Amino acid sequence: MRKVLQQLKQYKRDTFQCIGLTALEVVMEILMPFITAIIIDRGLEAGNLSVVYRYGGLMVVMAFLALCFGAFAGKKAAAAASGFGANLREAIYTNIQTFSFSNIDKFSVPGLVTRMTTDITNVQNAFMMVIRVAVRAPLNLIFSFAMCLIINRHLSLMFLIAVVFLVIVIGSIMVVTMRIFRQVFRRYDDLNASVQENVTAIRVVKAFVREDYENRKFSKASRMLYDLSVKAEGLLAFNNPAMMIAVYFCIISASWLGAQFIVGGSLTTGDLTSLFSYIMSLLMSLMMLSMIVVMISMSMASIRRISEVLSEEADLTDPEDPVMEVADGSIDFNDVNFSYKHGSGKNSLSDIDLHIKSGETIGVIGGTGSGKSTLVNLICRLYDVDGGSVCVGGVDVRKYDTEVLRNQVSVVLQKNTLFSGTILDNLRWGNPDATREECIEACKAACADEFIDRMPAGYDTVIARGGANVSGGQKQRLCIARALLKKPKVLILDDSTSAVDTSTDANIRAAFAREIPGTTKIIIAQRISSVQSADRILVLDNGRINAFDTHDNLLKTNAIYQEIYTSQLEGSGDFDQPA
Amino acid sequence: MNEKHERKSAARAASPKVVGRVIRYMLHYYKIPFFFVIVCIVITAVATVVGATFPQTLVDDYITPMLKNGSRDFSGLASQIVRLACIMAVGVITAFTYNRIMVNVGQGTMRRLRDDLFARMESLPIKYFDTHAHGDIMSVYTNDVDTLRQLLSQSIPQIINSVISMAATFITMIILNPALTVISILTALSMLLVTSNFSKLSAKYYVHQQMDLGAVDGFIEEMLDGQKVVKVFCHEEAAMRDFHEVNERLRNSADMANRYANLLMPINANIGWISYALVSIVGAILGINGLAGVTIGTVVTFVGLNKSFTNPITQVSQQINFVVNAAAGAQRVFDLMDEEPEKDEGYVELVHAKEDENGNLTESPVRTNQWAWRHPHRAEGTVTYQRQEGGVVFDDVDFGYDEDKIVLHNITLYAKPGQKIAFVGATGAGKTTITNLINRFYDIADGKIRYDGININKIKKPDLRRSLGMVLQDTHLFTGTVMDNIRYGKLDATDEECIRAAKLANADGFIRRLPDGYNTMLTGDGANLSQGQRQLLAIARAAVADPPALILDEATSSIDTRTEKLVQAGMDALMKGRTTFVIAHRLSTVKNSDCIMVMEQGRIIERGTHDELIAAKGKYYQLYTGNFAA
Repeated sequence: MRKVLQQLKQYKRDTFQCIGLTALEVVMEILMPFITAIIIDRGLEAGNLSVVYRYGGLMVVMAFLALCFGAFAGKKAAAAASGFGANLREAIYTNIQTFSFSNIDKFSVPGLVTRMTTDITNVQNAFMMVIRVAVRAPLNLIFSFAMCLIINRHLSLMFLIAVVFLVIVIGSIMVVTMRIFRQVFRRYDDLNASVQENVTAIRVVKAFVREDYENRKFSKASRMLYDLSVKAEGLLAFNNPAMMIAVYFCIISASWLGAQFIVGGSLTTGDLTSLFSYIMSLLMSLMMLSMIVVMISMSMASIRRISEVLSEEADLTDPEDPVMEVADGSIDFNDVNFSYKHGSGKNSLSDIDLHIKSGETIGVIGGTGSGKSTLVNLICRLYDVDGGSVCVGGVDVRKYDTEVLRNQVSVVLQKNTLFSGTILDNLRWGNPDATREECIEACKAACADEFIDRMPAGYDTVIARGGANVSGGQKQRLCIARALLKKPKVLILDDSTSAVDTSTDANIRAAFAREIPGTTKIIIAQRISSVQSADRILVLDNGRINAFDTHDNLLKTNAIYQEIYTSQLEGSGDFDQPA
Repeated sequence: MNEKHERKSAARAASPKVVGRVIRYMLHYYKIPFFFVIVCIVITAVATVVGATFPQTLVDDYITPMLKNGSRDFSGLASQIVRLACIMAVGVITAFTYNRIMVNVGQGTMRRLRDDLFARMESLPIKYFDTHAHGDIMSVYTNDVDTLRQLLSQSIPQIINSVISMAATFITMIILNPALTVISILTALSMLLVTSNFSKLSAKYYVHQQMDLGAVDGFIEEMLDGQKVVKVFCHEEAAMRDFHEVNERLRNSADMANRYANLLMPINANIGWISYALVSIVGAILGINGLAGVTIGTVVTFVGLNKSFTNPITQVSQQINFVVNAAAGAQRVFDLMDEEPEKDEGYVELVHAKEDENGNLTESPVRTNQWAWRHPHRAEGTVTYQRQEGGVVFDDVDFGYDEDKIVLHNITLYAKPGQKIAFVGATGAGKTTITNLINRFYDIADGKIRYDGININKIKKPDLRRSLGMVLQDTHLFTGTVMDNIRYGKLDATDEECIRAAKLANADGFIRRLPDGYNTMLTGDGANLSQGQRQLLAIARAAVADPPALILDEATSSIDTRTEKLVQAGMDALMKGRTTFVIAHRLSTVKNSDCIMVMEQGRIIERGTHDELIAAKGKYYQLYTGNFAA
């Protein structure tokens, strides 16, 4: 909660101004009944026109003032609340940026999206409500109760009973509903996940004619959400009647006791009338408070979910005194063990001991799920090892400043993404200061130049969301160019040329050898042709090193390699020619 | 520029009519409960009025007379209070009843709305998903439906309540003094004027707010999906900058929307006070001069009534921001609901069939190995059956995703039943597009596609798609166990069938190595599996469906060649006897095809068997031979 409120920042002023202005407005409101009393008693009842004029005029002036205060308070409230919401979104987004891969894996994308939209909207609305009513209700409450006490202490005690009753009933309702609301939000996430799945996989749904099946699945999820929401809000439905019970109790006890006091001479009729109006405003402010409590309790679940993300700490942190320079492109794996699920006993990589010299070109080959991607993900510290160490340039990767490390170790991911924006925008991810010439240079090395030139707007062609308007091979080549622009000491291609035809693939590799001879290159591939010219080839099998040698030697000695080779020997070419 | 224009027109589109549509939607399902709610609200309102006016009765009818005659007999008052308590008890009960019913009505309406929304979304053509940001579609569910909650559960009852008490007060005022009522009416009118103007302004910005919320949603989703790339490139700061921009837009529209909504309450409350002063002054003048039948007593009562007349308006104006926000949300909800669903004018169905001794086909209620097209002839009122064989003919087909940009030209091809037809060619040459036409993900612009001699437009879409098993280029898996995901192909498949299909696709091995084997939960589109594993599952999924024909779109592109070799055997078994369309860029996958279509820029440039194409020494030959040496 505190973490969330801290995000108020520059909107603190608006918040306090709103509260202050509201206080002024409330003062005007509290004074109004006095003026009406004067108008009625001294003006109307006494038939005194000038009093009516004077106080009527005063009332108009006060109403006008109250209007101004109220209007400004409202404006400030809107500014403060929307600013608060914006700050929260910004804070969450900033924190997500510090997340490591395993942090990202922990929160689902739809979960994060709901937190940043629905949850924050809830909090924002609740916040606005609270600051607008925060002063009004307590001020009214205190003032009204004080007036009741002044008029008749005995009767005020009866009111106190009503107040206590209300607090207990509403309080316990809150406690229970809050617990249910927490579950409601979890269901919300499930529902959203189901929608997202269907939006992205709509082709599968339609291809298998599973629309009805998905509808039923969704109905079931939404039914569950409905049941829980009804349970929660069904409890809240007690609030209003409880309030009415309290009001009616006060009216009845005031009527009964009041009548006796008046007849007994300890109370006047006028006092009783004022008592009634003060009870009303007392209970009204209680009602307002209960509304705030409802708002807060509903947003409590949201607040908790927001602070979950806010307080999630990146599990890969930079060391105290980070190394700011990567000496060279040498890579050492010293007895590395790694598992995605720490301590599950199912290692993705076991006993990897591997030493790569700077400037070497290394091929990595192995079956689906043999740990190829995992291996390279450790080099740029996307995950931390469970045992052993990974060194780049002779220094443990955990000792580097992450940004320095990742700038020097450039990865082209297997599941790669282009973002909406022009081709140049996307390329400059690699290096924001790259000139157009440098970008073109990189594209030439990645053999992307030829198709970009044929695009309608060349390098200024706008890439659609997710790179929908470029082909798979084109996307891969752009991603390689993007990685090249970093001018890294280590370049890792994680199956990044799978959709590129073999001759272009060869051209890219030739360009690497020509343009960046000093860079250590690690190429994960399925095609032997992609790795056979590498200095050494690493054969992975089930998370272990099976062999690490040159193409020729492997062909002679390694069974797995031989098998892959023969499977590709004949006519395994690709038809994905340069588009 | 364009975006601005869009925002403007959409802003105009959200009108109060939308709220009416929400209410009609609610009434459609909850007519009787809602009627009951209104009855309860009326009773509650009456009880409230009785409670509020009781102090007056108490003073006039009991206390004053008692003080006058000095009697101390409270029995009359006691019975009066008991009666009052009974009325109040009824009021409390009805209040609880309507609050409770409204929970079901409100939540139920939202549930049905979600269900309808989802069902409509599922029925939309693929094109809709191509042209709308996924995050924006999501936002309709997460943000827009939610805006209705407050409207349905609180605002509507509150407004009904207010209208009822205003009506009751109004009648009392007219009876008491028509002249002074004029002032009250003028006040009420000016309040309504203020309310309608400000809420219109506010509504405009609420529409912007919901749109900006959708934009933020879309942005976050795109960026978070690519978050790993952001990290690898240390692009965090730039991502922050871009986010700041969309976030700032949302902050601004939220600020404006709430600002106008927040103004309503203070303005209306204070117009109420001003009206109070006016009624007092005018009443005093009239009363003191004895005009228009006004006495001082009337004025005193009337100022009170005036207050209870204007209070409900103030209360309603408190609800206005919920209403306009809901209108903005509902607009977007209904926009999606009003999207044109996929059209299906087909009438030919796919049925299980069996053949009798004479070779005649008849429909079979149980699963057989024979499928048939059930072809009703409306004119004669007869039904004929035609064997499903899997022959597909493209006759001079043109197609474009946009009407004016044709991407496939003059495609003519014949696939005889049981044949394996391969499409090869560069990405972007139109291979995937062709297969998307067979199952009618998109409709062709010109030409004809026939399936077993039937124009595919005449076949019911679900039946057409059921007859074509598909393994798509982008593999998508669903939240659920591995078993569930395989079973997606055939919902009533037994575990054994699923495992058999997994073995066929050679997925059994890796599945058994997963932490919980076939019961391993997959979440987030199978994020915990590698690309290749996902493809193996997709193949198993298609295998369990056991469809008469198959489309394999780069089904093995992410599977390493060693595993592919193993899968290939299963795939060949799967393809046996079925017409199969294979798209691949690995030539080894397509070599044994009956016919290979070489595509380039939306045209078929070469066709023939592997040997024929090699002999022709064309493009195929060039690529096939020039490859491995490189």
